[in-house]
Amino acid sequence: MMELLQTVHQMGEGLLGAAWLPVWTVVKIMAIILPIMGGVAYYTLAERKVLGFMQVRPGPNRVGYWGLLQPVADGIKLLLKEFIIPSGANKFLFLAAPVMALAPALAAWAVIPFFEGGALANVNAGLLYLLAMTSLGVYGIIIAGWASNSKYAFLGALRSAAQIVSYELAMGFALVCVLLAAQSMNMGEIVQGQQSNYGLFGWYWVPLFPMFIVYFLAGVAETNRAPFDLAEDESAIVAGFHTEYSGMGFALFFLAEYANMILIAALTVVFFLGGYLNPFHGWGALGELTDQVPGLFWMLAKMSIFLFLFLWLRATFPRYRYDQLMRLGWKVFIPLTLIWVVVVAAWMQTSLWVW
Amino acid sequence: MNFETILFYFFAASTVFSALRVITARNPLHSVMFLVLAFVSSAGIWLLLEAEFLAIALVLVYVGAVMVLFLFVVMMLDINIEKLRKDFLQWLPAGALLATLIVVQMTFVLGDKSVSTGLTAAKHAADYSNTKEIGRLIYTDYVYPFELAAVLLLVAMVAAIALTFRRRRDSKRQDVSWQVNVKRNDRVRIISMPATKKNNGNGADEAHAAD
Repeated sequence: MMELLQTVHQMGEGLLGAAWLPVWTVVKIMAIILPIMGGVAYYTLAERKVLGFMQVRPGPNRVGYWGLLQPVADGIKLLLKEFIIPSGANKFLFLAAPVMALAPALAAWAVIPFFEGGALANVNAGLLYLLAMTSLGVYGIIIAGWASNSKYAFLGALRSAAQIVSYELAMGFALVCVLLAAQSMNMGEIVQGQQSNYGLFGWYWVPLFPMFIVYFLAGVAETNRAPFDLAEDESAIVAGFHTEYSGMGFALFFLAEYANMILIAALTVVFFLGGYLNPFHGWGALGELTDQVPGLFWMLAKMSIFLFLFLWLRATFPRYRYDQLMRLGWKVFIPLTLIWVVVVAAWMQTSLWVW
Repeated sequence: MNFETILFYFFAASTVFSALRVITARNPLHSVMFLVLAFVSSAGIWLLLEAEFLAIALVLVYVGAVMVLFLFVVMMLDINIEKLRKDFLQWLPAGALLATLIVVQMTFVLGDKSVSTGLTAAKHAADYSNTKEIGRLIYTDYVYPFELAAVLLLVAMVAAIALTFRRRRDSKRQDVSWQVNVKRNDRVRIISMPATKKNNGNGADEAHAAD
């Protein structure tokens, strides 16, 4: 994979000279963003199908074979719908909010390694960058809630802000464990640190198992997904922060939410499940054989497990009550992560640390 | 003028503009948003100085957490802008004095050659990790000041919580571990009742109702 990219890069450099760098960067960005957007579109279909099957009904099956054109139809419908700006709304912020929600969700992808060396930016403080980007997404939600000039939207925004700030702490501490184990904040090095001859048992989910669970659940809470979707609690506050949005504004919030879900899945894989590494590496003949499979395949396969988990959680659990949500974040996750940071730090000083 | 210089002027202009708007914007919420923009632009400047750790930490801590809570508070407040504007002239001299003082102090510090580092900060190799260096310094040479600062923050946090914490007797709390650990026998009592037969003719109905 890398050789191919290198050849293209050199060819382009010869062709365009100094102008090649921006062109090449835009091409790389497009190569990441477009599949994500396509993934988001089909993830919505997957969600409806999976929820349908879990509830013993077929899900969307009218548009195209097996409902495969449903996302296209939804997209066209939302594009053509009227975008209504409420009369009491703060116009500029009302329009800016969906963009503020979507931009960080996409910007965070810059440091994710999809295969060996396959990240847009090889940033040394990549993990910090990710934390910063995921924490910026809350602005879109708060501003949307405030600018709508609506009670329900405002309540949704307040709920969401408190929730995201609370769960970010647990998320941050879980990542402190990861960076302790990897001794690096570079995403590529975090993945490489999990390479061993024990295949999937060499990954960080083994020593950091509680953190693995906490990280994923905090991720579900950060993306405002069921059972933590208090920000859009339809039985209490209509549709939460995007009550007043219609047409494309509404669609952008949905794009941001699903892009964030895919991002959380990718991050969980990179931090705890060895990213693009082969789960059978070093397992004799099986390892030899599966080493031929490209890293991108493993990355996507592992991500799809978590993407399915998101849907499974939604289909299974009833919504949390707000005080229960806060209790889980502050009284369960944060103490657990604090203790595990100390445990990992002490463990690493002994000879029992083999990762 | 290379690309980096253009970027610097862009970030600098954006910082100054947004900082000005923080104090001139009529709507307090706009002020908060401009403060966020000021933080992000200064983070950009720090990135140009190769201080990527500080830049990202600024975005993470101030923009990602502190300003969110600020926004939270400002959105909840009912601020009467007219009333705030009324006393503007009265406080202008005091404010002007403070501002002059700060400008003078800044000139002393920045004008001095011995403290001024300027924009020509040393360039490092690509594998130089700013984050690692800061970590090393904080936990070796400056470990006592760092720990002291941490303890100070902890004390402030505990004090803030202790001052505002009020245990309410009337609020209903949920004890989750008790709920999870509850056994069937705590909730349901099964009584063994032998079936009795009545001889008044509609025994079949009675037996059905007992089901």
